[in-house]
Amino acid sequence: MKQPAGYMNYLVWFLMLSVYLFWASSAQAHVEQGQAVGFVTGLEHPWSGLDHVLAMIAVGLWGAQLGNPAMWILPVTFPMVMSLGAMMGLLGIPLPGIEIGIAVSAILLGGMVLGEVRPKLVVAAVLVGFFAIFHGHAHGTELPAGQSGLLYSMGFVIATGCLHGIGITIGLVHRWPTGKLALRGAGAFIAVMGIYFLWQAVV
Amino acid sequence: MRKFVSDSFHLLFTVALPAVLLKPSDAAAHLVTTGMGPVFDGIGHLLLTPEDLVPALSVALYAGLRGRRPGRRALFFFPLAWFLGGVIGLFMEGQQVIPIPALSFLIIGILIAADLRLPTNWFTVLIVLVGLIHGFFNGLALKDGPGSLGLFGIMAILFVLVAVVSAFVVSMKPPWTRIAVRVTGSWVAAMGILMIGWFMRGQS
Repeated sequence: MKQPAGYMNYLVWFLMLSVYLFWASSAQAHVEQGQAVGFVTGLEHPWSGLDHVLAMIAVGLWGAQLGNPAMWILPVTFPMVMSLGAMMGLLGIPLPGIEIGIAVSAILLGGMVLGEVRPKLVVAAVLVGFFAIFHGHAHGTELPAGQSGLLYSMGFVIATGCLHGIGITIGLVHRWPTGKLALRGAGAFIAVMGIYFLWQAVV
Repeated sequence: MRKFVSDSFHLLFTVALPAVLLKPSDAAAHLVTTGMGPVFDGIGHLLLTPEDLVPALSVALYAGLRGRRPGRRALFFFPLAWFLGGVIGLFMEGQQVIPIPALSFLIIGILIAADLRLPTNWFTVLIVLVGLIHGFFNGLALKDGPGSLGLFGIMAILFVLVAVVSAFVVSMKPPWTRIAVRVTGSWVAAMGILMIGWFMRGQS
């Protein structure tokens, strides 16, 4: 008698699974689509390329090395100028040598951290802002169509800010002698990776 | 026989329950409907519309940065201006030809990032303008939905948001907290620049 009951259980589970899998989804007329996708896509985008990630972390590291007020002026400058670059990309304004610019940004910013270079605040901000245009333009041209522009932008800017935040947080080890050395090591790593990105962009 | 009936009921139950649970819901069109009446629909509209929510929060942040007196002004003038703009919008027709939310993001974001000390009267004019313009477009949007009661909801939630956020910023003492607010402002401005780009591209 146990066998028919066992088959019945299988049948029940099979039918239940079929209902779940094949039931028609809600007809979502008018409801705006792609909203959450837009935010998540924006949030993911800056993390999708190691060259971007390293350069943005380098901005935070350098800011932390330089101390106040550079520690927050550099991360404030970067997203604002980067969004100008992204706007250029959105509007289809060409910018030559984007990949080279991004690679050079990793080399120079990594080099700044490695050498613990302390230029004037304006010079540091201009340098960071200059490279932010390349990063922004690359993102701007890669922005997907059909998603909420606002939510994409929010995710994109927040993710960029978080990367700077990570850099600044790591950079706080600068107060200890060993930490200073570790930071310079991180700068060297970023610069070497920048050379690799440059090689990839050129070859 | 009895077992067969029992199994049949079991089967019916396991099929019917998912069917009831997965029944397609009604299509919801455009405006937020909470099912709790027009006042809550208005509250839901503001909370779920980042084009309005972010400028409102930014005004509250800026008011907090400016201090107690501007904060108190924002607490009353901003929601009232928003409501007034909304009432005007309820009785008018219109369409956005310039990216209003993007400009709000940009202007208020820059003011926060730069920590610009506007005179209190200028500050009042700014928040009244932002409130009037955003309220006007809310009025247009809510005309066919919750209407004036929705605007009451928006005004109420704006009062709460401005009170909580600006009071929080005023109360923050360590210097880094003020910097954190300024960094947030720079993010808002950056979003505004990107939104202008999207608008010029013909996609919002």
